[in-house]
Amino acid sequence: MKLRRRDLLATTALFLGSGLLARAGTIGGELPWWPNAGSPPEPFRPGPWTFFSPAEGAALEAIADRIIPPDAETPGGKDTGSAVFIDRQLAGPYGRQEGLYVRPPFLKGTKQQGPQSAAGPAKQYREGLDALDRYCRGNHGGKAFADLADADKDAVLSGLESGTVDLEGADGKAFFELVLKDVQEGFFADPIYGGNRDMAGWRMIGYPGARYDYRDWVSRHNEPFPLPPVSIAGRADWTPRKP
Amino acid sequence: MARRLPRKDVVIVGLGWTGSILANELTDEGLDVIAIERGPWRDAATQFPPNYSQDELRYRIRHELFLRPDQTTFTFRNKMSQTALPIRSWGAFMPPNGVGGGGVHWNAETWRFLPSDFVLKTHLTERYGASFLPADMTIQDFGVTYDDIEPYYDRFEYLCGTSGTAGNLKGQIQEGGNPFEGPRSRPYPNPAQTQPFSHTLFAKAARELGYKPFPQPSGNMSQPYTNPLGVRLGPCTYCGFCEWFGCGNYSKASPQTTILPVLVRKSNFTARDNCEVTRINTDKSGKRATGVTFVDTSGEEWEQPADLVILSAFTIFNVQLLLLSGIGKPYDPVANTGVIGRNFTHQTISDAVGFFDKAKFNFNPFIASGSIGMCIDEFNGDNFDHAAHGFVGGGYMGQVQTNGRPIETTPVPEGTPRWGAAWKTAVRDNYLSAVKPGTGVHGSFYSYRDVYMDLDPTYKDRLGRPLARMTIDFHDNELKQNAFLTDRFAEIIKAMGAHTVDKQYRKGPYDITQYQTTHVCGGAIMGSDPNTSAINRYLQSWDVPNLFVMGASGFPQNAGYNPTGTLAALAFWSADAIRNQYLKNPGPLVHA
Repeated sequence: MKLRRRDLLATTALFLGSGLLARAGTIGGELPWWPNAGSPPEPFRPGPWTFFSPAEGAALEAIADRIIPPDAETPGGKDTGSAVFIDRQLAGPYGRQEGLYVRPPFLKGTKQQGPQSAAGPAKQYREGLDALDRYCRGNHGGKAFADLADADKDAVLSGLESGTVDLEGADGKAFFELVLKDVQEGFFADPIYGGNRDMAGWRMIGYPGARYDYRDWVSRHNEPFPLPPVSIAGRADWTPRKP
Repeated sequence: MARRLPRKDVVIVGLGWTGSILANELTDEGLDVIAIERGPWRDAATQFPPNYSQDELRYRIRHELFLRPDQTTFTFRNKMSQTALPIRSWGAFMPPNGVGGGGVHWNAETWRFLPSDFVLKTHLTERYGASFLPADMTIQDFGVTYDDIEPYYDRFEYLCGTSGTAGNLKGQIQEGGNPFEGPRSRPYPNPAQTQPFSHTLFAKAARELGYKPFPQPSGNMSQPYTNPLGVRLGPCTYCGFCEWFGCGNYSKASPQTTILPVLVRKSNFTARDNCEVTRINTDKSGKRATGVTFVDTSGEEWEQPADLVILSAFTIFNVQLLLLSGIGKPYDPVANTGVIGRNFTHQTISDAVGFFDKAKFNFNPFIASGSIGMCIDEFNGDNFDHAAHGFVGGGYMGQVQTNGRPIETTPVPEGTPRWGAAWKTAVRDNYLSAVKPGTGVHGSFYSYRDVYMDLDPTYKDRLGRPLARMTIDFHDNELKQNAFLTDRFAEIIKAMGAHTVDKQYRKGPYDITQYQTTHVCGGAIMGSDPNTSAINRYLQSWDVPNLFVMGASGFPQNAGYNPTGTLAALAFWSADAIRNQYLKNPGPLVHA
């Protein structure tokens, strides 16, 4: 068999990158174990955009705030950090389609055969946001999406969702579906990834978060669970912010 | 040129459930055994500790514990007339990777098939007549009976510490258990798990409708347990992170928590991880396996000679390796000849989501285990008369909700906008008071002439090997079955007190992007006739007698249950045949 050594090595590097034990080895005699050998998640770093330009970031925050609008009880997608979540995800393995099958040929298939695009999420966001900006400026008096009135923003998003708004240079409908999924994932994922700030998404629905022992509550049918949510990284009142 | 390693008595391909069982049995026999595993070593305490395993994004959405498609994937099409395209990101099912295999990330639903499931063709033909079955349906008998493998079901359940309530003890029907199950020789090793609110409410509603609900048999521990190998498991804490996740709490039966601590310490066992078997080698006659060839992570190719080869990879990889190794005649659906790739099946699942008055119902959906649930079996297999219905098969149904993880489980009633203020309000108002069983209806998927596997003509993996190609679609029989079962299920959800029930029927065409269990089966099926099966009743290859093929690839069709209990029982059954028959006289155990 002819081996493609370069491909193999590339694959190996990916596994190393994801923190898994990656090199072939032999196991026997005793259980392989060494302290602290796992791969804890890496918390996002607060700060400026890592993937988006300031204009792209502003557009995505505006979209996030229409997908999850703020209300009296719960902040919206912008203030809970969905755009930050997406920014960090796009700069990482998700944006690059790491681990996915990306060999050609890329043929158009049926809906049931799933996405067959060579472009990963990073490219889709870059092209989608660029096309959205051009669409808004061309149809709304030179304004960027973030500067539109809420009703106009909703009209644009509804148009993308239904396919009645065509973007030049991007598949508007596919772009909308991608953004919708990612914004909502950010709202409900653990806050260590940059969204769901202060566990606002979890508080809104009454989800207690990354707990692992409910034995005392299994049989307490129809009684509200009494404890507040907790993240993998703990909770604000456990780790007070530095002044 | 492959570097040749010292000969072993046995080489095992894939160290999941069946590979671990065979390795443990054959090392007990004194044989020198090596297992070769494509993925990494995985240890419960290290790889999925309870201080960060509860990460829905990392494990459920980004698939961290699974095979990565860039390592290898499959191609898929609905019909033979279409061009199959690669599965670029997992959807319909989740191929495992690494030591422990699917046992790492399963829900641990540990069912037995019905006695009639093993003799399906004979049973249905006798009851309804051959003309009742669709002309292109290719169901067969397994070649073993329920009674043959009952002792091995028992062994697996005691290995795992399965928690449940017996419904049939040596022919005596037991209150609170499944009255339709085959007779079991003794009770489950552990009592059933404690059921949360919605699961209990489902049982009450089902009982009032005249059904006989029972707890789902669970590989999540209801109490501390020490198995017959001396390995200890801890009580399940109902954390709601089971399927798709590893359990760092030692509460879910897996090779890690039941076998490996004993197996790995044996002097006559070794394993190689991150090594992928690329071929089963045969001698010039093609009738004797000489070992396997594998590739390590640096691209180095190795040959591992062995007297006995156990193929125990995931369903589709078993079939792919047989095809790539030229073992057995490839199935040709047009000529209707050959066996490798034949009778590929999956599962027919659907759901009904119930919405309740939030002022009266708080279900705390996040309190759950992987195989929690109250089920009924009135509509499984041939437990009901199909004559009036025009279909065969069925499934169990129940409130088997495993989680309230919010990316996956924030149901809203049909007609709710998908975003905006109305969506946000609906999510908030329904999270605690909705019932979303997930796989509420868990139906059979019978086999058909045009549902099969072969090698793809275009797409290759990273080693340049052709990907396996799946041709699969739902047939009318399964869609009719599902419509009938989903309606019955929705009646029970309604009777629980739901103000709204959304029925989510399974509809064709089969869609590779929609998760529908990881229970893909068939392709290297067992049976009594070498013209229509790849392996005999002992899972021994008809063509290469020193090759045994484990797993759900051996099922001639899939029943309305999760497959692990049955494939593990068959692994113990096969191991017994190797130990007590084959080793004394190596050769075919069945003469066709």
